[in-house]
Amino acid sequence: MTTQPAKSEAAAAIGRRLAGHRLLWPALILLALLLGNLAFHHDFFSVRVRDGHLYGSLIDILQFGAPLILVALGMTLVIATRGIDLSVGSTVAIAGALACGHISTAAHPGSVATLLTAVALALGVALVLGLANGFLVSGLGVQPIVATLILMVAGRGVAQLITDGQIVTVTSAPYKMIGGGYWLTFPFAVLLAAALVALTALVTRRSALGMLIESVGGNPAASRLVGIRAGGLLALVYVFSALCAAVAGLMISSNVSSADGNNAGLWIELDAILAVVVGGTALTGGRFSLGGTVLGALIIQTLSTTVYTLGVPPETTLVFKAFVVIVVCLVQSPVFRAKVLRRRGAATPRSHATAGAAPQQQEASA
Amino acid sequence: MSTGIASVAAHLTRPFATVSPRTRTRIPLIVTAVLLAVLFSVGSVRYEGFLSAQVVLNLLIDNGFLLVVAVGATFVILTGGIDLSVGSMVALSTMLTAWLVESHGWPLATVIPLVLLGGAASGTLMGWIIHTFEIQPFIVTLAGMFLARGLCYTISTESITISDPTAAGIAQTRLYGPGGLFVSIPVVIALAVLVIAFVVLHHTRFGRNVYALGGNEASARLMGLPTGSTKIAVYAVSGLCSALGGLLLTFYMLSGYALHAMGMELDAIAATVIGGTLLTGGSGFVLGTALGVLVLGTIQTVVNFQGTLSSWWTRIVIGALLLVFIVLQRLMSGRRPAAG
Repeated sequence: MTTQPAKSEAAAAIGRRLAGHRLLWPALILLALLLGNLAFHHDFFSVRVRDGHLYGSLIDILQFGAPLILVALGMTLVIATRGIDLSVGSTVAIAGALACGHISTAAHPGSVATLLTAVALALGVALVLGLANGFLVSGLGVQPIVATLILMVAGRGVAQLITDGQIVTVTSAPYKMIGGGYWLTFPFAVLLAAALVALTALVTRRSALGMLIESVGGNPAASRLVGIRAGGLLALVYVFSALCAAVAGLMISSNVSSADGNNAGLWIELDAILAVVVGGTALTGGRFSLGGTVLGALIIQTLSTTVYTLGVPPETTLVFKAFVVIVVCLVQSPVFRAKVLRRRGAATPRSHATAGAAPQQQEASA
Repeated sequence: MSTGIASVAAHLTRPFATVSPRTRTRIPLIVTAVLLAVLFSVGSVRYEGFLSAQVVLNLLIDNGFLLVVAVGATFVILTGGIDLSVGSMVALSTMLTAWLVESHGWPLATVIPLVLLGGAASGTLMGWIIHTFEIQPFIVTLAGMFLARGLCYTISTESITISDPTAAGIAQTRLYGPGGLFVSIPVVIALAVLVIAFVVLHHTRFGRNVYALGGNEASARLMGLPTGSTKIAVYAVSGLCSALGGLLLTFYMLSGYALHAMGMELDAIAATVIGGTLLTGGSGFVLGTALGVLVLGTIQTVVNFQGTLSSWWTRIVIGALLLVFIVLQRLMSGRRPAAG
C-alpha cells in the first residue's frame, strides 16, 4: 500500500513524458488518417501474403512512401543546419535518367555488373551535385534557398538532356529489384529505406555528428566560436541530401522501369519539406527528429492514398497539403502559440517538448 | 574552406574595391545589359531575320505576362522575402477567368476586376500570415502555391478554351506603329505596369520603405517605418501582379489551364536576379528586372531559331546564368559570407 502513491506518481511521469513526447502529435495524426481510411475501406488494414510477397494498402503506403522517406531524410539534416535543399527533385530525375540511360545502352542490361555501374554513376554524379550545392552555401555563403534553386531550375533540363527528352524504358531484372522487387517477402525499397534511416540515426545519434549539425543550425556564430568547422559540416549535409535523393531517384525509376526527366520526382522537394516540418523539425533549424521525419513522410503518403481512396480527383491533394502546411506552421510558430494557444495554461507539455527536447528523447525518437 | 574562398573572392574583387558601393551594386545590371547585347549580336550574325525590330517586339509580346509577374516578384525580393506562389496564382487566374466567362457566361468587365481583387487579397492574406505569425515567407507562399494549383484542378483538370468574342478581340488586336511594326494590348499593359512600378519604387515613400525594409528590417523598425504594413503590401503587390499576369496569359493563350505557367515562379525569380536585384533584399532595380525578362526571352528565341537545340537547353542556360549572377552578387556585395 505504501508503494501506491509512488507507483501512480511514476505512471503520471510516464504519462507526462508520453504527452510531452514530440512524436506524439505526428503519430496521432498518422493513426487518425489510417483509422479514417479504415472507416471507408474495411479491408484497409488487411495484409495478405501472395506468391511469397506482402500485399495490402499499408504495404503500398510503405513502398510508395520509401522514396519520399529517403528524400525527407536528407532534407532533415539540411533543415537542421537552417538550410533548405530545393534541388532534390531535379537530383531524383537526374539519377533516374543516368541509371536508365546507362542500362539501356549497356551490352548486358540484365547483368549485375551493369546495375552496379549504373548505381555508381548515379551516386557519383549526385555526389558532385551535392558538393556544388554545399560549396555555394558554405564556401560562398549564398542563401541555401537560392543556391539550391539554381540546380532546381537547371537540373530538369540536364535530366532531359541525358534522356534526350524521351522516356527511357529499361528491362533489367536486377534494376527492377531496387524499387519494385521483394526480398524476404518485404518490398526491397522499404527495406532499403529502413536500413538507410537506421544507419543515419546511428551515425547522427551515437556520435557527436548530430549534435554538431544541430549546433551549426542553432547558432552558426556561436558554433564557430567554440571551434566547430561549419563549412565542412554544411557541405556534408548537402552531399548527404543529394545522395539520398539519388537513391530515391533509382527507386522511382526502377519501380516504373523507366526514366522521365520531366516528371520524375516532380515536387518531391515540397513533399519532403512538408514531411520534415510535419515531423516536428522546425524550419528555423537547430534541432531535428529523424523519427518525426519518417512519420511525417508516412503522413504525406497516407494523405495522398486517402485522397485516392475517397475518389476525390488526385490533383486536389495539393489543396489538402496546403492546409496541412498552414496548420502545422501556425502550430509551430511561437507567436501563434503565444496568441492563440496561451489560454490552455502556462504549463502546456507540448510547447515544453518542442521548445527543448532532452537528449534521451532525441535518441528515442531517432 | 570558406576562408580560402573568401580570400579568392577578395582578390577577384580587388579591382572593384575603389569603386563606390553605389556603382558596385550596378555592375550585375551592366553585365546583364552587355549580355543582352551580346546575345542579340550573336543571334543576328548566326540567324537570318533575327535582327529586326519586330523580333524585339515579339519578345515583349511573348513575355509580357512574365514581365508583369517578375515586377511583382521584384517588390517582394527587394524586401528580402520570396514569393513562390506566383506561378500557381497565374494559373488560377487563367482558370478562373476562363471558367467564369465560358461556363458561367459572366461578362469580362466583371471577371477582370474580380480576378485582380482576388489576387491582391490572397497576396495580402499571405503577407499578413508572414508578418503576424513570423513564419518564413518561403513556407507560407509554398502553401499558397499548393492551394492555388489545387484550386485550379478543382475547377477543372481540362483546359478551358475561351471563345468569348470580346476576349478574342482583345487578344487579336494589333497596335501598329511606324514601319508596320506592331505590339499587342498586353504589351502596353505590361510596359505601363513597369513604369508604375519604377515610379512607386523610386519616387514614393512606400518605395523607400521597401528598400529600407530589405536593407535592415530592425533598423527600419527603429526608424519608425511601418515595416509590418510594408511587408504585407509587397505580397499584395505580388499577388495583384500575378493575377494581372494571369489575365495577360489568358489573352495570350485564349484558354485557362491548370498546367499553365508551371515553374513561372522560378522564371520570375531568375529574371529579377539576372536584373541585378540582391536576393537578400535592399538593393535592386525594377528596370533591371525588365532586362532580365528580355534576356530570358532572347535565350528562348535563340533556342527557337537554332532549331536543333531542344527546349530543355533554355532551362540549363537559365540555371547557368542564375549561377553566374548569384556568384557575381556574392562577390560584389562585399559582405562577409554568412557561414563562417
